[in-house]
Amino acid sequence: MNVAPATPTWPMYRTLVGIGMLCGLMIAVTFQGTRPVIERNRAEALERAVFAVLPAAIARATFALTAEGQFVPDTNATGQRVHAGFDADGQLVGVAIEAAGMGYADTITVLYGYSPLQEAIVGIRVLTSKETPGLGDKIETDEAFLENFVALDVRLDASGTSLQHRIETVKQGKKTEPWQIDGITGATISSVAIGDILAKSAERWVPTINEHLDRLSAGGQDDGT
Amino acid sequence: MNEQSLWSIFVNAALVNNFVLAYFLGICPFLGVSAKIATATRMGGAVMFVMLVSSMCAYAIHHVLIAIGVPFLELIAFIAVIASTVQLVEMFIKKISPVLFRALGIFLPLITTNCAILGLALFQTNKGYGFLQAIVYALGAGIGFTLALVLMAGIREKLELATMPDVVTSTASAIIVAGILSLTFMGFAGLGA
Amino acid sequence: MTARNRQPVMATDEFIKGLWRENPVFVQVLGMCPVLAVSNTALNALAMGLATTFVMLMSNLLVSTLRNFIPKQVRIATYILIIATFVTIVDYAIEAISLDLHKSLGAFISLIVVNCLILGRAEAFASKNRVGHAVLDALGMGIGFTLALLCLGGVREVLGDGALFGVALFPDAFEPWIVMILPSGGFFTLAGWLLVINFIKQRKEANAAGAQEITG
Repeated sequence: MNVAPATPTWPMYRTLVGIGMLCGLMIAVTFQGTRPVIERNRAEALERAVFAVLPAAIARATFALTAEGQFVPDTNATGQRVHAGFDADGQLVGVAIEAAGMGYADTITVLYGYSPLQEAIVGIRVLTSKETPGLGDKIETDEAFLENFVALDVRLDASGTSLQHRIETVKQGKKTEPWQIDGITGATISSVAIGDILAKSAERWVPTINEHLDRLSAGGQDDGT
Repeated sequence: MNEQSLWSIFVNAALVNNFVLAYFLGICPFLGVSAKIATATRMGGAVMFVMLVSSMCAYAIHHVLIAIGVPFLELIAFIAVIASTVQLVEMFIKKISPVLFRALGIFLPLITTNCAILGLALFQTNKGYGFLQAIVYALGAGIGFTLALVLMAGIREKLELATMPDVVTSTASAIIVAGILSLTFMGFAGLGA
Repeated sequence: MTARNRQPVMATDEFIKGLWRENPVFVQVLGMCPVLAVSNTALNALAMGLATTFVMLMSNLLVSTLRNFIPKQVRIATYILIIATFVTIVDYAIEAISLDLHKSLGAFISLIVVNCLILGRAEAFASKNRVGHAVLDALGMGIGFTLALLCLGGVREVLGDGALFGVALFPDAFEPWIVMILPSGGFFTLAGWLLVINFIKQRKEANAAGAQEITG
């Protein structure tokens, strides 16, 4: 920046530093003031979503998968998170998992509930999507489509490391097997995308979750340590 | 971490979610300098260049701010860095290539207030792109911006002498053309899946 | 930017001018990104308009108060710093009020920073005028901007979704014009409003010219 001789350097520094400090202070105060509210809102929204995809759950505990492949109760551990849901007796009813993938217009993020007891996906909720209104966004509203996820089979094969049947999206009304998803006419790409997102994510998470069921079940009592 | 493939990021940024026609970022230069193809191409080049540089800077800033625990300063830091990047780029180009500087010169200061640059920094942070992904994203966005600008300029050059009703001012006609372009770009949807 | 050498004017005029004569969207065609991007529903439009008004009000207030302390060489940097501060504050405030609203406005809240309208008002008006006038100017411009956004958001939501502020207006038989909530609908609605306003202005001028001929 050029310092014109007419203006001494001092007022420039005074102004920039002074206003900078004032601004920093205002932002820091706002940040501190709103953070508890924002965090509470986020937790509530997450809770609502988890309970929506795990209909039987009334409590939740969040776990993070560490790099060593262990689930630890969510403190500040890095790694992808899953949310275990528990019923009134503290029994594990399922695990809610976040998954994302490309849709028709942009990334679609979904939360789905997996029930180890039924070996099935028992609920799904679209968290973010920019699919075409009126067509692609039927993946969020179409009741017949959401019906697919009341019990979508994700049984493990004999080895326990992979799904017995890959989840696939078929034409509307052509669903014959419990691991198939009835697509939506007019929203082909979006409904296929949902199937792919679930297939990929379930292939990765279902075996891991089954391996660590004890750990996750313990989360209902106390702090799970 | 985002696991999107590089090709998918590129196609999405350039065509499916074109910065100008789907996100409305950089509308000011879009309407301002899209009257001639030659200026539109140069403006596009300048924007692409600054996008690449500021995308790398934004990646670094985001990680530094998280590391020192002041994420709330992100917006201010982005804006400050973009403004100074533009200045630096201007000086740098002047030094190494006076020809390029003459071509891009007057457009560089305009870029500071171009929302596409800040938008790029914010989007790549929101999407959690890694370094390589961020660069590809910036490249795609820059090419998409240039493409939209050049297409628009081509159409407007043809419209220059067309007879129009009095109420259709040049801004209004440009916006209508942009609407039609935006509709045609919707045809690309689904490509990046 | 509108550099004007006007006579001292009534305080109320500073407020009124933003509403119609110098409406930031329809007359000055400034701040187009948010206008087009978040006007797909009336609620988004209203929230965006209010957020922008708040930022403009606070930054005009601060810039006008400090106008004698800010050296000319660093004024733009200072303005941007001030604007970015208030935008960050608004961003956190909206997130605290409603997560859903924050999600649907997305990065466009942060993008208020580069809305040329706000920097324009700070530079062209607040830095040269008394605090009271600067506040009125910001309020007028902000409300004008909000009204313009509502005009767009209202039309787009009514036609594209058959509703206004989420309340359904038509019987079920109404087939929504989906194109209106898509990006291209934003361009078309804005162009439509510009045409309407040009038409009104030109008719007024023609009438005025006609009246002058009669009297003169």
